[in-house]
Amino acid sequence: MSTVNQHQRGNAWLSALTEHSQRLDGFFPSVRVVDAPLDGRAARYIAVVPDQDSRFPRARHGEVGLIEGWELARAVEQVVTRDSGQETKTAIVAVIDVPSQAYGRTEEAFGIHQALAGAAAAYAKARLAGHPVIGLIVGTAMSGAFLAHGYQANRLIAIRDPEVMVHAMGKESAARITLRSVDALESLAASIPPMAYDIDSYASLGLLHACITLDDPDAPTPADVAQMQQSLHAALDDILNDPRRDLSSRLGAANRRASLTVREVLRKQWHAPSP
Amino acid sequence: MNRTATHYRDSITELSARQRARALLDAGSMRELADPFCHLSSPWLGLQGITPQADDGVVVAKGSFDGQPTVVLAIEGGYQGGSMGEVGGAKIAGALELAAEDNRNGIPIQAIILFETGGVRLQEANLGLAAIAEIHSAIVDLRRYQPVIGISAGPVGCYGGMSIAAGLCSYLIMTREARLGLNGPAVIEQEAGIDEFDSRDKPFIWSLTGGEQRFQSGLADAYVADDIEEVRMAMRTLRARGTPPSHRSDLFENYLGRLAMIDTGAPATAEMVRHLYAIGLES
Repeated sequence: MSTVNQHQRGNAWLSALTEHSQRLDGFFPSVRVVDAPLDGRAARYIAVVPDQDSRFPRARHGEVGLIEGWELARAVEQVVTRDSGQETKTAIVAVIDVPSQAYGRTEEAFGIHQALAGAAAAYAKARLAGHPVIGLIVGTAMSGAFLAHGYQANRLIAIRDPEVMVHAMGKESAARITLRSVDALESLAASIPPMAYDIDSYASLGLLHACITLDDPDAPTPADVAQMQQSLHAALDDILNDPRRDLSSRLGAANRRASLTVREVLRKQWHAPSP
Repeated sequence: MNRTATHYRDSITELSARQRARALLDAGSMRELADPFCHLSSPWLGLQGITPQADDGVVVAKGSFDGQPTVVLAIEGGYQGGSMGEVGGAKIAGALELAAEDNRNGIPIQAIILFETGGVRLQEANLGLAAIAEIHSAIVDLRRYQPVIGISAGPVGCYGGMSIAAGLCSYLIMTREARLGLNGPAVIEQEAGIDEFDSRDKPFIWSLTGGEQRFQSGLADAYVADDIEEVRMAMRTLRARGTPPSHRSDLFENYLGRLAMIDTGAPATAEMVRHLYAIGLES
């Protein structure tokens, strides 16, 4: 990954999917919001992008920081408020290429956890209110940044590409915290799917609705855009045909068997009489 | 909180997760679900030479609090740093999902979450992260019906994706021993350098992220002594407030307004945060 091109995919895909529509004014430069149709339905597309001039030095490269968390909340809450009482709800597409949450003293001091909670809550509330929410992973979807921007979606779509990655922590930090070398971490990751950094291992966990192969994820060709749109339409249809508003469509993969077993045991024991 | 100094305190921080759940629920009312005899342990740790535990470090306890149906979700900080793996995460998410379902069926069960966690268990990375997203979802669902009360007692603190979960709760109770932050001190030092954050400077860490500071700056709702009865009293007081009209996580306008006033050129201090956040953040 070259420095110049790092985390530009969010913007590239946001533009490609909304080409005839204007970016909305009034948001911080790192949170781009465009209202444009999706398969004939009103939709709001949201991306977090680098802002070299941010007042917050630890959030200049596309990280989700204090401002980004609360701005995401505002962008999502706006459509929820606008559509309250309407039967047809605006779709929301989170275009995801986020390197991490912001790591810094200012961030911790002023409660970055609360800002990210603002974003996660807004997406979850939108989904519960009936807005179809789709997360589109076009680059990295890391840890707290992903929890704030996209992980609350009804359906997730990812591009099958070496630079597309979902993880809880970057390799160097993960190695330090687990007291392993990066080499040892990588060799474990090769045999343990939830630890792996590649998108196919992630897909094997059953968390994706679709994983699509394209010609040029950095600068999408017209055919790439058409294919992505097709995938978005399929996800939208799937959401609209599903009465559930929760995240249960993510359960069921063999590599995530225990997540289902635990829920089955809890349900069985839940209504037993108290002592 | 008006108890005399001679009162013998029953510490909460010294209790295990299971003991904490029992102590917070009405006497004799606790029933554990998916208990260790169900052998729901991590399918991933053994493969990495780490001994799995039969409850995966999470206790799901049903019972009552002041007579109201209650489920307590208690994380065991003593096992793998309270980290969230697939099984422990599913226990919390699954129980919250059932609680929300009960409320939709007219059963007014509330949830108490005892956060004692470093966040995602890195040995189960993406399945921990996925479970935390489901915990977030379930809290936001359940809090529409009943207040969800989070408690950060210490000593582990509440970090990572679970600090976001704490930020989603209707109310948050903290002790002096507790810390709340998104990124653990060691990770910030690793990512941003020791000049940004010195992970060995404990007084500095507590001054910015400790229970008293979080309470004084409006990021927690109650600050209590390390004492079971005080925690129960705070639970009672907060529960009496009912579901808040706006949750703290809904206050983007208010927080964005405050953040616009920060001088980001100066290192943040506890005093700056209290000054900016202390007054009138409630909607």
